[in-house]
Amino acid sequence: LSHGSGGRAMRDLVNDVFLSAFANPALAALEDQARIPLADLCVAGDRLAFTTDSYVVDPLFFPGGDIGELAVNGTVNDLAVSGAVPLYLSCGVILEEGFALADLRRIVESMARAAEAAGVQIVTGDTKVVPKGAADKLFIHTSGVGAIPAGVEIAAGRARPGDRILVNGFIGDHGVAILAARGDLALQVPIESDTRPLNGLVRALLDACPQVHCLRDATRGGLATVLNEFAESAGVCMEFEEAAIPVRDEVRGVSEILGLDPLYYANEGVLVAIVPESCADRALAAMRAHPAGAQAASIGEVTAEPAGRVVMRSGFGGGRIVDMLIGEQLPRIC
Amino acid sequence: MDSYAPQQKKTPQASSLEPRIAESIRVRGLVQGVGLRPLVWRLAGKYGLSGSVGNDAEGVWIHVSGVAGQVDRLVEALRSAPPPLARIDSIERLPRAPVGPAESGFHIAASLPGEMHTQVAADAATCADCLGELFAPDGRRRGFAFTNCTHCGPRISIVRSVPYDRINTSMGAFAQCPACLEEYRNPADRRFHAQPNCCPDCGPHLWLEWAEGHDHGPEADPIARAQESLRAGKILLLKGVGGFHLACNATDPDAVTRLRTRKRRPHKPFALLARDLEMIRRYCSLSDTGCELLQHRAAPILLLPQTGAAALAPGVAPGQRCYGFMLPPAPLHHLLMAGLEFPLVCTSGNRSGEPQCIANDDARALLGAVADAALLYDRDIVNRLDDSVVREIDGRPAILRRARGYVPEPLMLPETFAAAPPLLALGGELKNTFCLLKDGQAVLSQHIGDLHNRAVGDAFEQSLQFYRELFDHAPRAIAVDAHPEYRSGKIGRALAARESLRLEVVQHHHAHIAACLADNGVPLDAEPVLGIALDGLGYGTDGSFWGGEFLLADYRNSERLASFEPVPIPGGERAIRQPWRMAFAWLHQVFGNDLSTRQRLPGEFGDFLARQPLETLARMIDTGFNSPLTSSCGRLFDAVAAVIGLCREISFEGQAAMALEACVDSAALAGGGNGYPFEIGERGGLSRLCAQPMWRALLEDLRRGTAAGVVAARFHLGLAEAIGRMVDRLGDRCGAGWSGRVALSGGVFQNAVLSSLLVRQLRRRGLEVLCHRRVPANDGGLSLGQAAVAAARLLQSRGAGTCA
Ligand SMILES: [Fe+3]
Ligand SMILES: [Mg+2]
Ligand SMILES: [Zn+2]
Ligand SMILES: [Zn+2]
Repeated sequence: LSHGSGGRAMRDLVNDVFLSAFANPALAALEDQARIPLADLCVAGDRLAFTTDSYVVDPLFFPGGDIGELAVNGTVNDLAVSGAVPLYLSCGVILEEGFALADLRRIVESMARAAEAAGVQIVTGDTKVVPKGAADKLFIHTSGVGAIPAGVEIAAGRARPGDRILVNGFIGDHGVAILAARGDLALQVPIESDTRPLNGLVRALLDACPQVHCLRDATRGGLATVLNEFAESAGVCMEFEEAAIPVRDEVRGVSEILGLDPLYYANEGVLVAIVPESCADRALAAMRAHPAGAQAASIGEVTAEPAGRVVMRSGFGGGRIVDMLIGEQLPRIC
Repeated sequence: MDSYAPQQKKTPQASSLEPRIAESIRVRGLVQGVGLRPLVWRLAGKYGLSGSVGNDAEGVWIHVSGVAGQVDRLVEALRSAPPPLARIDSIERLPRAPVGPAESGFHIAASLPGEMHTQVAADAATCADCLGELFAPDGRRRGFAFTNCTHCGPRISIVRSVPYDRINTSMGAFAQCPACLEEYRNPADRRFHAQPNCCPDCGPHLWLEWAEGHDHGPEADPIARAQESLRAGKILLLKGVGGFHLACNATDPDAVTRLRTRKRRPHKPFALLARDLEMIRRYCSLSDTGCELLQHRAAPILLLPQTGAAALAPGVAPGQRCYGFMLPPAPLHHLLMAGLEFPLVCTSGNRSGEPQCIANDDARALLGAVADAALLYDRDIVNRLDDSVVREIDGRPAILRRARGYVPEPLMLPETFAAAPPLLALGGELKNTFCLLKDGQAVLSQHIGDLHNRAVGDAFEQSLQFYRELFDHAPRAIAVDAHPEYRSGKIGRALAARESLRLEVVQHHHAHIAACLADNGVPLDAEPVLGIALDGLGYGTDGSFWGGEFLLADYRNSERLASFEPVPIPGGERAIRQPWRMAFAWLHQVFGNDLSTRQRLPGEFGDFLARQPLETLARMIDTGFNSPLTSSCGRLFDAVAAVIGLCREISFEGQAAMALEACVDSAALAGGGNGYPFEIGERGGLSRLCAQPMWRALLEDLRRGTAAGVVAARFHLGLAEAIGRMVDRLGDRCGAGWSGRVALSGGVFQNAVLSSLLVRQLRRRGLEVLCHRRVPANDGGLSLGQAAVAAARLLQSRGAGTCA
């Protein structure tokens, strides 16, 4: 691909790669904006959810996915954890000059498949090619809108003592898959990224337990960070059992070698739900019945003290404070 | 509150020929609630003086009149023989208008409402008089486990709030019987105003739980039955002064092994309780200093060299050359030991990593599965105090862990600190203590522990609140370590933000050196010292992890002149728990990617290392992935301990370094002069002490099959010699800006072998060497250093900068 100024070549590229892959009427109109009937949105809910995110993963292709799939699922999930039904996405792509067209096609097709799987449409987009060195291969930026059904009230500040903490599956897969895929650490580990859309799972969860208090996907900063966000927002303590956290042996093994804590690994398909005790078992059963929640687990409960903290209980040693990290995982022992 | 004490009946009349004077005398220090007023009362009677004595917000005041020489004698007696728990900082004498001869007698004034009464002493081991009563053939306190008096007994461990009156202690639940009240009110009695005073009729109750095959009736003697259990090899849960202990017969290998298994504490040495010095002498050699330390009223654990003449169960202190012994810290322990012919293991009653239990219910719940019997009593322990630990280093006592018996005794800072505003320093992360600075005094909290433990974190916040109340402390500034992830730092930053206080960030090793300066009473404006801070690791100003540092420092500033050559820590914190990783990091640095060289590492450790994922570790090091750099000296000890096969993984902090010290062959050490070579060079604008040549020589020794003890000795010798050479080089460099003093701080200096070698090296050069004594060299002393640095900086605006 060559760096150009929006002429004919560029238009061909856009038509060729994106329009064919994302085929939908709003995009096909080739206007400067997607036009969406408000009535469609109003049917789905009484509030609009709107989110945006940038994707810069290295490498672009990794076991279990690629940057395109990530860019769709990430934004779909950011909508889904508000309880919204995700509907429409935008897609901005920044390409480094010289990027292989075949790779671009592969990524775009992957986006299309992901959109299809999540039941959303990519209705508007933009592509820029920048000089070599001005960007690292390819960046994607997606925004998304969805509608939040009436009565759904999900917010980090709603966690209450007595609530249960649920996660939908194994943590750390994405983080380890990416580390392994980079290849510079000589890690041989058969782990795939967990990138997946969570809107179906959220729907199943809300059907079983409409009073869900908090939901968040544990992306950057991992499970530890999400729990800290909940604890801080709600002024409560998140207390969980180390042994109850679903972690694959392979992920544990790699973490042991690298000296990293899986609680802080990025995930791309992990959901943390805080639900009232009264519907926790139903919620857990509903999650387990969904393919994206087969490994769902109840990992602990919300307590009053110490407010704003996350505590991990382990077999014999009692509780440890699990902090939100300021930076990387740094040694503290003198 | 006090009632008026009875007036002293008769005052011997002095000869009318001698001049009579009247004075107001002011006594400052720790002078309340320690029996100072009754002492003054008795002395006044003895010397024929009239007047009165009382407490107020500033301490104790004395109005006295009588023959001049006799007043002098009273003051002299106060100075030379104050009550055991008192600390007299100053006695100020002012003349006052003489009163007529009509005034006679001497009385103790009632406490006034609003009087401070804030002073709380440290807990003190049983005094000789109380001990006498405990074992007297008769007397109402014979065999009574809660005997105490003004000179001994529980203090801070039972205080809930100020003022320090019985009602504000956990003795408040026990009303004194008429006989005890009589003692309490009589200034001539040793129990005058002894807040925890009690007797079998009115005091706490002792009982034994769980023991099999016995009735649990109150008539059975719980101590005799506890002794039976111990003789039968059982594990006893024992409620002590500042927390619970787990005890068993230290000469019974099965009992000790069982305790280790049940407590899940595989290696960390157990503390020991002995009946008396004779019992300790069976196992350890004991110097005069050692005897003094053991018999000090703090009753600390003293680390003592084993003689090898008689041995305790091997599980007591695996791989160690020392035993940690204490003498009975309270009457209960005296009574228990009186019937036993063997020392007891007496280890803190906690789950590993957790703070010691202090409540009966918690102890039952947590330790029920560990102990076979429990010796409990019904007085609450309010404040948790671990046993203090002391070691003789280079012939002088050094506190390694400062808690029961020493806190909350304030440390007087050099005079110029008095002008500093009140400050709070929050200390380090593990071995945390905090420090309140006020009126030129530093109050260091007891050892609190690892703040990432939830229960320790709770204890930290409770203690902090208690100390702030106890010392009526409203800080104007908060001092914290620079490490971004220390919990203490996060708590301090939040506190500073919430209370709009100034925040002082103090670099870890600067704080270590400042703590050493404060410990040694170095004045605020003294010339900079050459500080040598050797420890595990602390956050450096360049974002790497320091731990082998040479700083030109005073209280305000610190300039890094030199350090150990940095190496990566592959796996971050994991590498601290797994010293073999540090060994690999060093070998990788010395031999690069030549894996075959690594495989040629001799012995079992070589085989072990070959089985590790070295390819990944090497890549981590090369790419810097979770492998921050450290110039730590402590990590070098870890690496050496791992390579010579002493310790691949640790189960408690400092294990590898302790093993290396314990392994030193004393003959090889005494020979001297055969240390491994270290190289000193200049890199990155700093002088660097590089261990590469040491590693080559060490591995050569291993290949030749040199004994581990000799290798360990050569390492210690070489390191001390190299540090000495580094000091020569830096001494030349800092020239006139340097005081010629060297301050040694950081956990590595709890290693007596290295400390002694280095002190000798430096003294030989005519340098003055400052070592830690009253405050731990490790992170337990960090908060004192932070407070001193913050105070100096806040006072700085008045003076010029320092450091050439
Ligand atoms: Fe330190
Ligand atoms: Mg996102
Ligand atoms: Zn006494
Ligand atoms: Zn009584």
